[in-house]
Amino acid sequence: MIKQEMSLSKKQKGKAIVESVAKYIFTICAIASIIAVFSITFYMIQKGTPALFEVGIKEILFHTVWEPASKTEPQYGILYIILTSIVGTAMAILIGVPIGVLAAIFLSEVASDKVAALVKPVVELLAGIPSVVYGLLGIMILNPLIYQLEQKIYADSTTHQFTGGKNLLAGVLVLAIMILPTVINMTESSLRAVPVQLRAASYALGASKIQTIFHVVLPAAKSGVITAIVLGIGRAIGEAMAISFVAGNSVNAPFPFHSVRFLTTALVSEMEYSADTHREVLFTIGLVLFAFIMLINLLIGKLLKKNEKKHG
Amino acid sequence: MLNKMMNKFRKVVAVACVAGLALTGCGNENANSTSTKGTESDTTKKLSGTISLAGSTSMEKLANALQEAFMEENPGVTVEVEYSGSSAGVESLISGSVDIGNSSRALKDSEKESGAVENIVAIDGIAVIVDKNNTVVDLTKDELISIYTGAATNWSELGGADQPIVVVGREAGSGTRGAFEELLGIEDACTYANELSSTGAVMATVAATPGAIGYVSLDVIDDSVIAVALNGVAATVENIKGGSYFLSRPFVMATKGAISEQSELVQAWFGFIQSDAGKSIVEQVGLIVND
Repeated sequence: MIKQEMSLSKKQKGKAIVESVAKYIFTICAIASIIAVFSITFYMIQKGTPALFEVGIKEILFHTVWEPASKTEPQYGILYIILTSIVGTAMAILIGVPIGVLAAIFLSEVASDKVAALVKPVVELLAGIPSVVYGLLGIMILNPLIYQLEQKIYADSTTHQFTGGKNLLAGVLVLAIMILPTVINMTESSLRAVPVQLRAASYALGASKIQTIFHVVLPAAKSGVITAIVLGIGRAIGEAMAISFVAGNSVNAPFPFHSVRFLTTALVSEMEYSADTHREVLFTIGLVLFAFIMLINLLIGKLLKKNEKKHG
Repeated sequence: MLNKMMNKFRKVVAVACVAGLALTGCGNENANSTSTKGTESDTTKKLSGTISLAGSTSMEKLANALQEAFMEENPGVTVEVEYSGSSAGVESLISGSVDIGNSSRALKDSEKESGAVENIVAIDGIAVIVDKNNTVVDLTKDELISIYTGAATNWSELGGADQPIVVVGREAGSGTRGAFEELLGIEDACTYANELSSTGAVMATVAATPGAIGYVSLDVIDDSVIAVALNGVAATVENIKGGSYFLSRPFVMATKGAISEQSELVQAWFGFIQSDAGKSIVEQVGLIVND
């Protein structure tokens, strides 16, 4: 009897050690990620701000001429680059979100379980395709098609600079496809979370299926759909690889058939060979992008919290 | 559901961060090991140790070929080359983390003031390329300037087909772009439709886009594009050496202080480049020996 008690306490001691060791490991891992976030933030601010004072906040953020490597009078205006990121993302959302939301409605409301089981993995596959592959497909398929369109539209223009199909429109189309899986998955799960009773009540009142979807289910899942949109914005604004292939990369005002540069591609394309102030301004661009993404993350956090409250 | 997703997401982020920290840890270790310059010359006078180079991606072919041959000749020596871009390479040289900084442009005054010394090891020609179906295969310097400054926008203005010109170039800071614009005297005056960040991308885009024009290093030219003659002079090594082809630039292997102040190992490296074997390598990779 006494022996048994002793072994029991021994076992408990061993258990306690494992418990506390595990706890420390978890804590260290958690701290590591926190340190990473704070050191990145600190580093971005430390590297990104000197240029703002050196060149001038107005000269960087509100000027449009980007001639960083000029030997006589370098100019670092990134207004067009910022606008391109905003306009490009907005256009991608305008195209991608309706398609994504309707696809999600199809998956959760319209399609039979069999069809949904077939379509769902395909959507998930879309999310798993590396962005460089989207870029390559864009070069091979999208750019030639858009160039033909461009040549038709601007056939009589003497002032238009031909982009060879590498322009904002191409970038936007690629981004729209890339945000689809994010929008579809998020919207679908929020649609599925809508209680069956709501649908039943709607049918009981004589509403048709389509009426039920658009007047009952979708409004009930509104916050989920908004979250999906914001997640899509986050995905689009942070994408670099694919659009660096298809958007042409010259700094111009963001119109569909202009060759344009996004915040991300500005960093990617010039970091390699940049020096001195040029490099510092690239870090400032990074800081601007970082600020955008932080803002979107804060928004996502708030929306998710709101969702949780709503659905318990 | 949402809660679960968020938690999952947090976990993924945590793992990624830990992995990131681990990686940076390894990176630091590597940096330390490369900076140890082994120059212990034993009695047999056999070289051993490590030479580290960093810089221009345009010089990749040259640096790789030299590295291979030098290491074969001196089995005890490890040559490490990193392709981080001209400016980054010279920056690493000045900060002391590498022995040699590769630059595909002449050194800037600010870089020379920081102690970098310009050693030209080869001369590179820049070829102007158009797509295979273009009928314009000879351009004058002025025509080239008018294309790149946006004055000419259609090939018909230059005696070609009625087809818009798609002006392709490299990103600001690129050695090739710097050399191209400087040689034509059109710095900051270019209007590019595409600014691409690698030689390969320029080749691929010009090959695939009807009416496109671009510029790349002479040694990467292949059958997918046409290298245009300039002022009636074909883009060939002979013509660049002879001085009749005007688009050419230096390849620099910069050192901190003169070569004679360098370690025995680095001196041997430059000795090798100037030897007959070294010269033949420079020629093999499509460059011109700097006499």
